[in-house]
Amino acid sequence: MTVLTYQSPVADSRDSFGQTVRAEWTKLRTVRGWLIGLLLAAVLPAGFAFLGQSHCGVSQSGPNGKSVSTACPGPPIGPNGEAVEDDPYFVHQPLTGNGSLTVRLTSLTGLYAAGAFNTNGGTAGWSSGLQPWSKVGILIKENTTQGSPYAAIMATGSHGVHFQYNFIHDVTGGASSLAAPVWLRVTRSGDTITGYSSLNGVHWTEVGSATLTGLGPTAQIGMFAASPAYAKPTSAHSEFVAPSQATGVFDRVDLSGASGSWNGTVVGGGPADGPADTGVDAWTRSGGTFTVQGAGDIVPNVGMASPGGGGPGQPIDLSLVGDFVGLIALIVIAAMFMTAEYRRGLIRVTFAASPNRGRVLAAKAIVIAAVTFVAALIGTVLALVVSLRVLHSGGVSVLPVPTLTLVRIVAGTAAVFAVAAVLILALGALLRRTAVVVVLGIVVFVLGWLLTRGGLLPAGVTEWILRLSPAAAYAVQQSIPAYSFVTGNYTPANGFYPLAPWAGFLVLCLWAAAALGLAIHVMNRRDA
Amino acid sequence: MAVALHAEWTKWRTLPGQAWVILGIIAVTIGVSYAAIATQHCPAVGGCISDPVKQSLVGVEAGQAVVAILAVLTVTGEYATGMIRVTFTAMPRRLLVLTAKTSVVLALVLAVGAVSVLGCVLAGRLILPGHGFTLANGYAAYSPGSSTLLRAACGAVLYLVLIALMSIGVATAVRESAVAIGVVLGLLYLFPILLLVVSNTTWHRHLEQIAPMIAGLDIISTTDLKSLPLTPWQGLGVMAAWAAGCLLLGGALLRLRDA
Repeated sequence: MTVLTYQSPVADSRDSFGQTVRAEWTKLRTVRGWLIGLLLAAVLPAGFAFLGQSHCGVSQSGPNGKSVSTACPGPPIGPNGEAVEDDPYFVHQPLTGNGSLTVRLTSLTGLYAAGAFNTNGGTAGWSSGLQPWSKVGILIKENTTQGSPYAAIMATGSHGVHFQYNFIHDVTGGASSLAAPVWLRVTRSGDTITGYSSLNGVHWTEVGSATLTGLGPTAQIGMFAASPAYAKPTSAHSEFVAPSQATGVFDRVDLSGASGSWNGTVVGGGPADGPADTGVDAWTRSGGTFTVQGAGDIVPNVGMASPGGGGPGQPIDLSLVGDFVGLIALIVIAAMFMTAEYRRGLIRVTFAASPNRGRVLAAKAIVIAAVTFVAALIGTVLALVVSLRVLHSGGVSVLPVPTLTLVRIVAGTAAVFAVAAVLILALGALLRRTAVVVVLGIVVFVLGWLLTRGGLLPAGVTEWILRLSPAAAYAVQQSIPAYSFVTGNYTPANGFYPLAPWAGFLVLCLWAAAALGLAIHVMNRRDA
Repeated sequence: MAVALHAEWTKWRTLPGQAWVILGIIAVTIGVSYAAIATQHCPAVGGCISDPVKQSLVGVEAGQAVVAILAVLTVTGEYATGMIRVTFTAMPRRLLVLTAKTSVVLALVLAVGAVSVLGCVLAGRLILPGHGFTLANGYAAYSPGSSTLLRAACGAVLYLVLIALMSIGVATAVRESAVAIGVVLGLLYLFPILLLVVSNTTWHRHLEQIAPMIAGLDIISTTDLKSLPLTPWQGLGVMAAWAAGCLLLGGALLRLRDA
């Protein structure tokens, strides 16, 4: 007699983590509505980028009464690939090979328009005073083309002596008081430029040095004056901006290595700024004393309006606003991916097949994060491509960003959406109420962005929201760094976040990890 | 009709968690308004806000999300549990059911909205004068008797009611909580986001005129009304048109479709 035992032909391998992930992936891909939602998340942002169409310049009435948009020239680009403002007043002469320039700065004064100002001449309405980052000193620059490499030692309105080069580099030279005359010196040795300062012309302190590539055998060296616009924020978005000027008086000018004649130029060759009668950009010489006065500035462009300057260009993260259409779809899917199981009672089958509840939730988190990341990445890249084309055809210049920053913005946005989906999934497991979870998700990630970047709330409140709430992660979209040495309206509404990009992302990750941990804990204790 | 109303009211009040939604509307609206005005001082570096009344009612922009939950769940909750079939068996006239549901939600939101907005106005009355928003600094008195304040406050309550009606319409058409909420909040919040990048002034103005949240909230503006693309009541009218359109669509689908 033989005993027949039944053996299932299916291999005994159930309930591995890989299989749980596979099961969750199957659940996701077999719901038609969710697939449609994912497709929308990948495609709709690009569609919205079309609507974001804009034109640069002032619309003028054409011959048929139609408005004609004029193209704006983009901002000049510095040696490091960033947009710059480069139009100080420069009294210079060529210096071939090595050499040095020493000057004594005996006075630094300024004027600015605090209110309504006369644009046609005269100093009516002008007040005397320096901007914090008004600067006069010695400049050595490849040539007088905007964006060319340079190094400069300068006395500033209220930040003492600084050594700056190639727009984004700044070295503080200690707080030299301007009550006493300040001596400044720049030397060139090969491609190395060194800046010195001194209070007496005898004892010199090295402030900083820089190696400038591309300076060429002959560079321009001389004295410069620049004064950033006087700006007073009037709301989260707008500010009152008016011209200002700085005047430096130099004597004991000692140039070694060249003996040409001095020429005054606005860098970039633009017209002299400001009221024609007062001659904001000008220089005079009487004997050995030079008076140099200038407006303009020599700094990285942080997207601020400058009086008389062209449109500053649009920050690139505004090209991604179409993503929020996709984000709403992703939030809905992430919430339903969890709550639909409770609705249909499927959760009981799921837990019967795979009793380790933490593992189920982890598998769900991996699947929703991966799927969201891919959909958001496709959506973001398409939106960016479409938006840049639309902006280009409209003549709008986008502030350029280095490649690595662009990768961080695009991949970071997709990663933010993926972690947000995990957070919403965990909230779904905790609360089990679809509508509440979807509203929480949209309020935090869509309204949160609108209230802060959109400038609906004052900056004091938004900065705290962007430090503590999951919306802090939008810091990965910041395209222009906030420079400590550039006056700017560094508020979230202008695209400047209080946390560094990855610190902001970490805040979101902590929220997601905490919610996921709490959800696993609660699910293990609770009846399904 | 009285029976239908009674049935809908019973269904609504016997659901668990409704008190949280009501509390949520009040707390979110007043909380956000409080945060928005408590941080404002006048005179301030960079200038004072121009419209303290609007600022004190800004919580409506967040509170409306919770109003949408309340309204959407009244409809989709029945579809989620299958209760809707029982409802239509007991009361086969579907539009009557929809009217009863709408009436119950309308009354609830009117009451809860009034409490929330009253809280915002009280917060403004207590905080703003102490923060320098006085006649001396060029601000009209923030007093309950002021007709513009009355218009803004009543308008804010009506706005919340219209949001609820729009949500019911969308929920009836979509029948799924998550999708309905997504559609409603998308309609409300996506327009202002889009407006940030539309620099063509003609388009910008048209979008401001048709966007439900932007046009609807013209009603809480009290200063510089000439710069608005619509008058406050016209703006609320646009919002009413959205609500009516969504309700009509929802009603039509409800009548034509299998439950």
